Amino acid sequence: MPVEEKPVIDIDRSIGDFSYDIEYEYDAGYGLTERTIDYICDVKGDPDWIREFRKDALKKFWEKPLPTHWASRDLENIVFEKIRYYLAKDKMPKRSWDEVPKEVKETFERLGIPEQERKFLAGVEAQFDSEAAYSNIKAAIAKQGVIFVGSTEGLHKYPEIFRKWFGKVVPTGDNKFSALNSAVFSGGSFIYVPPGVKVKHPLQAYFRINAESFGQFERTLIIADEGSEVMYMEGCTAPRFETSTLHSAVVELVALPGAKIQYITVQNWSNNVFNLVTKRGLAFEEAEIKWIDCNIGSRLTMKYPGVVMKGRKARGEVISIALANVGQHQDTGAKMIHGADETTSNIVSKSISIGTGRATYRGLVNIPRHLKGCKNNTECDALLINANSRTDTYPAITVRGQGNACQHEASVSQISEEQIFYMQQRGLDEGQAMSLAVNGFVNDLVRQFPIEYSVELKRLIDLEMEGSVG
Amino acid sequence: MEKMNCLKVINLKAKIHNQEILRGVNLEIPRGEVHAIMGKNGSGKSTLAKIMAGHPAYEVTEGQVLLDGQSILEMEPDERSRAGLFLAFQYPVEVPGVTIANFLRAALQARLPEGEEIEATEYYARLYEKMDLLKIPRNFTSRSVNEGFSGGEKKRCEILQMAMLEPKYAILDETDSGLDIDALKIVAEGVNSMRCPERGMLVITHYQRLLEYIVPDRVHVMVNGRIVLSGDKDLALKLENEGYEWVEQLESVSS
Repeated sequence: MPVEEKPVIDIDRSIGDFSYDIEYEYDAGYGLTERTIDYICDVKGDPDWIREFRKDALKKFWEKPLPTHWASRDLENIVFEKIRYYLAKDKMPKRSWDEVPKEVKETFERLGIPEQERKFLAGVEAQFDSEAAYSNIKAAIAKQGVIFVGSTEGLHKYPEIFRKWFGKVVPTGDNKFSALNSAVFSGGSFIYVPPGVKVKHPLQAYFRINAESFGQFERTLIIADEGSEVMYMEGCTAPRFETSTLHSAVVELVALPGAKIQYITVQNWSNNVFNLVTKRGLAFEEAEIKWIDCNIGSRLTMKYPGVVMKGRKARGEVISIALANVGQHQDTGAKMIHGADETTSNIVSKSISIGTGRATYRGLVNIPRHLKGCKNNTECDALLINANSRTDTYPAITVRGQGNACQHEASVSQISEEQIFYMQQRGLDEGQAMSLAVNGFVNDLVRQFPIEYSVELKRLIDLEMEGSVG
Repeated sequence: MEKMNCLKVINLKAKIHNQEILRGVNLEIPRGEVHAIMGKNGSGKSTLAKIMAGHPAYEVTEGQVLLDGQSILEMEPDERSRAGLFLAFQYPVEVPGVTIANFLRAALQARLPEGEEIEATEYYARLYEKMDLLKIPRNFTSRSVNEGFSGGEKKRCEILQMAMLEPKYAILDETDSGLDIDALKIVAEGVNSMRCPERGMLVITHYQRLLEYIVPDRVHVMVNGRIVLSGDKDLALKLENEGYEWVEQLESVSS
């Protein structure tokens, strides 16, 4: 059977790329110097130890080279002098919903984004009225003693607990971008769940959206005390209105003995964005940390959620879906560091490359010699849609000692001409057939997302696959 | 005047990799009739089925295929499907992660005008009714299309899809291959239940066995990319008893 070159998928990513001029009350200006740090600290009223922390981080950021010895050289195209590192308090927007491009409104409509969230996402509202939308849930969790505030409020109001863990899971100097985040962070969440408390509702970043929370340099710290359980969700499937091209977040999770944390991310960046994120969790005895991560869009995403299993029988899991469309590079994966006996970890990663899109999986698994009864399972599957789509897998697995087990499975597949023909014979057009096959490929992972996300994800995949064949 | 209400193949020639596979096929299946095509492996039977359904790998060099008088060779495979042509595959293809229920629902949805939605309760009621007929257990609906199916399950699933899509014309390509006798009976029963004056069927097989259960109105013999002989159901028996050699001689005389 002749393998016909399928035409490159052509997707109109400009949908997410529109922008307005915005005036901010606080603007640190372009470039990054000690003065930028002082400006941020003054505006935010940071305590001295944070000012020190930031300045130390800035030095480390300058010292560290870009990781281009292993990562994409596209990083060299980031012009650090042309970035504004702190913007806050969007003044009253001078635009209205009527000015939002029709296609953007349609996309929100088709993704089923709730009415009240659309205006914020489209950048016509600086504030998302979270009080009205979620006050019941907020009251319910407050009654349980759960702290759920912005990171700035967290460090001001709860310094003892904040300071104990802040920067301990992801050290400032972990990599160049964690150093950058540590220097200029703003926004993000701080959550503390008291011992034994099981938070029924998933906590969403939406609950406390403000001008900062979707910032470029978010910093999130979640601490689940002994035996507690919490689920956190961030992001959404809608294309986001962007003012900046560099996003570099740091997320730290601490699961104390017997605690469970699930952290769910769905992101759909516009394709001018560098999304360089460091996410790591620390799991104590019999604690569980699970990252569920879905990355769509962006120019380059580098993200490898990790779990350090520090206590006996701790468990780490990463479930990830990446979709790389034309001109996009999803460089994602997972890190599992086993630090105690009988710790287990599981990684399931699925990627889809469309057109010139490129998906890279990097996995690091480390089980040292002195441990016993540790297990890791890794599965990574890649789906290539077009002849010029690309996928790479770089697993780095170190398993030493007796009685530790490790299993790694990887597959690369393509949607075959025969599959498409079969589905077309039943009446689905080529695009619908392709969409259905892609949804099928990620179906088992999508099911692990909360229901409202999984529905949105399916619709989003349909949208991304539209016009993918021609 | 072109006859309506039939699936008509006129002097169809086709090739793949520059090799001619169909060398002028003529065939006419009126609605309400069941025709069978028999022939040895490599005679072009399955190719004919795929070309009628619009498989992209083959190049049609000459001829016509008319569905109720309308030429379909320029149509995409999905357009042909929605026009009422169904092909039960010899080797049904796996679609991992897509359940039978979702797949069939998407296929039915594709037949509705924009803005209309399948009604879920009705859909499942119909689906279960057809599954019962084909003795397919209920948990089947949540399995991925053809993934990990036995040969018999695959074939039954093809017939289930045919029953749900209610085509005007159905082509059954080697639907008997890989079936034991019990499964064969169930499949044949499913096919027979769909025989009606509004539907034409073409059964492709190289064994007479299937035709004992699905009794055809006409039998055609294909040799070397052509139909060389047509007759009634007794022709199938004769082929079973005497083999294909005598028909092949007919073919060499005619060409």
